[in-house]
Amino acid sequence: MSEGDVARSSLLAMSGGRKRRVRRLHRIEPGAVVGVMSRDATVFTRNWKTTTFSSVVEPTIYLLAFGFGLGALITTIGGLTYKEYVGTGIVAMAVLFSSAFPGLYGTFLKYRFQRTYDAFLAAPVDVDEIVSAEILWIGLRAGIYGNAPLLVAIAFGLDPKPTAVLVPLICFISGVGWVAFGVMISAMAQSIDNFSYITSGVLTPTFLTAGTFFPIANFPPLLRALAHVNPLYHCVALVRDVVVLGVRWADLGHLAFLLGFALLLWRLAIWRLRVRLID
Amino acid sequence: MGVSAPAPAPAIALRGVVKRFGPITAVAGLDLEVPPGICLGLLGPNGAGKSTTMRMLTAQAIADEGSISVLGWELPRESKQARAEMGVVPQLDNLDVELTCRQVLTVFARLYRVPPAERDRAVERALAIANLTERADTRVDLLSGGMRRRLLIARGLVHRPRLVLLDEPTVGLDPQVRQELWSLIDALRAEGTTVLMSTHYIEEAERLADTVCVMARGMIVARGKPADLVRAHAGEQTHEVYGPPARLEELRAQGERAGWAMRRSGPALAILHAERHDGTLPDGVRRAATLEDAFVMLTGEEIE
Repeated sequence: MSEGDVARSSLLAMSGGRKRRVRRLHRIEPGAVVGVMSRDATVFTRNWKTTTFSSVVEPTIYLLAFGFGLGALITTIGGLTYKEYVGTGIVAMAVLFSSAFPGLYGTFLKYRFQRTYDAFLAAPVDVDEIVSAEILWIGLRAGIYGNAPLLVAIAFGLDPKPTAVLVPLICFISGVGWVAFGVMISAMAQSIDNFSYITSGVLTPTFLTAGTFFPIANFPPLLRALAHVNPLYHCVALVRDVVVLGVRWADLGHLAFLLGFALLLWRLAIWRLRVRLID
Repeated sequence: MGVSAPAPAPAIALRGVVKRFGPITAVAGLDLEVPPGICLGLLGPNGAGKSTTMRMLTAQAIADEGSISVLGWELPRESKQARAEMGVVPQLDNLDVELTCRQVLTVFARLYRVPPAERDRAVERALAIANLTERADTRVDLLSGGMRRRLLIARGLVHRPRLVLLDEPTVGLDPQVRQELWSLIDALRAEGTTVLMSTHYIEEAERLADTVCVMARGMIVARGKPADLVRAHAGEQTHEVYGPPARLEELRAQGERAGWAMRRSGPALAILHAERHDGTLPDGVRRAATLEDAFVMLTGEEIE
């Protein structure tokens, strides 16, 4: 009898004879969420270089281009040097890029082509847990990648306040909302080509109207009102306050907006992905 | 007078289950019980509703009507508990190609809540079962089709389930790999694990299943041990007559008038229950009736 045969016999004997009952499982189990995240983390150990490159380099290029390009022409905006203004603004753009895009494309690949979610759902894992794990994992990454442009800005002379240590947390909360947005849209999409509409029609206007490169104060009233319900605007405002302007009471409003956005999109993403995955 | 022990509760029970996809009824009033400890083969042609049935057992499809219980848990409400105690081997490969065999099994050991202290051992055992120990650290995308299928089975067994669902476990595999997997499934069955296996391969059902349920148009049309099904629906012997198409058509017309049970069998016309018509049949080749004969009589469809 080979070693494989022995192991096979012992395992099968145990599987056949067992009459155990599992404990009652809850709707969202930390074990399942961590399990799905462990899959993402394991995959990340293989592709971290490409993921990190795309998430960090693009915002950094924007920062350098705008910082040195427009920065040479514009001296101050709202009491900030242009490098301070754009250095803090592009943090939000980095968060958007490193959360919404993985939410969109990663989710689509996993349910349509790799059928990863089908494999999870055959195990004791529910859609709530899949979505929670995905947004936590990608949100954590956004919490880290969002700091890259800020570190570059610091290297070029930005002098942050001590409260800047809150930036990763702000990036995480904001990132969670945008991953959930990506998951929701991905679950509704019929084809990966549909994402072009979202990229051009939603994400690009989102980071252009968030006070990233220029203030929204001069926008026409309607556009200004829309900018105020843009979650990225609240991310930009919070980051700018904790890094250079100083924390204010209004920041509680920004934080509440980001938390509400994350919570709402989390539930919507679960709803849409359940519709997609469960017949 | 002795009192007989009550029958054990079924591992799977479906009663009056209906599943529709828009205007299409994939499962049409399915009643199915799988007693614990047996291998039940769900045999049917493509489109019979087998895969939909399998998906309903993991609550990946929700029945429109009827009730489903798996290992005593009511679905879909308690499906998570049921899934924790069963293993699923899907028809379509859904392995993470970027991971190694060991990484795949470790992730699923977590998902199946194998305690951390037992996880490594469970993974090693699952690798050994699938004969993949030497490939433990090979990436999935570098494995052959047969190895990937064995890994799918190992993934479904990593938590030592009481029930295993196998959805077309050997579809698309070459005969040698199919034999390997049959040995693996046979070992599961021999050790008392309940197995529900959907297949459209007659030989697979005949070789592995204690009981076969023939499924067609979303319903079970016959159930029994393979030999009993053959006897009941195809008789003892089948008489195959070969000849040009016109001759076979003529013979078919004659058979219809005489009330013979017949089917096309490749280039021949097969007359079933041949033992009932001794002396009245034209020249041909006599052979033992098979499950395929019974299947075609039951469903009206040819199968692989």
